[in-house]
Amino acid sequence: MKGPDAARSAPVFAALGDPTRLRLLARLSSGGPRSIARLTSGTRVTRQAVTKHLHVLAGAGLVRDLRRGRERIWELEPSRLGDARRWLDAVSAQWDEALERLRAAVER
Amino acid sequence: MNNATDRIEKSIVLRAPLARVWRAVTDAKEFGSWFGVEFNGPFSPGVPRQGKITSPPEYAGFTFEVAVDRIEPMRLFSFRWHPYAVERGRDYSKEPTTLVVFELEEVPEGTRLKVVESGFDRIPPERRATAFRMNDQGWGAQMKAIEKYLGAKR
Repeated sequence: MKGPDAARSAPVFAALGDPTRLRLLARLSSGGPRSIARLTSGTRVTRQAVTKHLHVLAGAGLVRDLRRGRERIWELEPSRLGDARRWLDAVSAQWDEALERLRAAVER
Repeated sequence: MNNATDRIEKSIVLRAPLARVWRAVTDAKEFGSWFGVEFNGPFSPGVPRQGKITSPPEYAGFTFEVAVDRIEPMRLFSFRWHPYAVERGRDYSKEPTTLVVFELEEVPEGTRLKVVESGFDRIPPERRATAFRMNDQGWGAQMKAIEKYLGAKR
């Protein structure tokens, strides 16, 4: 990883370099979008601290918030284009393999 | 529609006569032998066919449906299906399909085969995320690693 890639990734690594933030990501990942109240319940971390950590994660593009009525809900940033592209790459690789088998069948 | 994410295009030149390639692509049995699937009957426009995956082994036994769209002898063959439909227990029938088009053309070296699969932009994003997770990459696997790491530290 060099140049722009590394520069783009640095805030991500910094954001991940904290156990509370990792735990927040894990909870959002396994439990889906949640409010701060639900993210705080069952932990000893204060609401203010969770809010602060969520903003660090948002700054790194890892989570985002959406308003639902009067509540603010946090969720993992889906980075749709990235996922879509990688998914398509997987489908594309399957085609490559299948077409090579077709080649082997017809060129015999 | 976004061209970068909506379609896959492949083009290969096969050292085989046009008629041979046409048969390999449109005969359900022959198609099955190189694609790794067993169909429950021949391809015919407008007739849905069930296919059972035979290879790769990790997906063997999964079934999917293809709806043959057009058969224009020696030139074009197309069908619709649910791409990457390999999640156990998921009902794909209500989801949008992609269109797969095979186009054949005689060239001096043999036959040029073009394959275009399009319509990916309409596939629900969470399904892409799942397929992506099944590749053992991406968020799902990352999060499992993190959870494990946190569990070990507790």
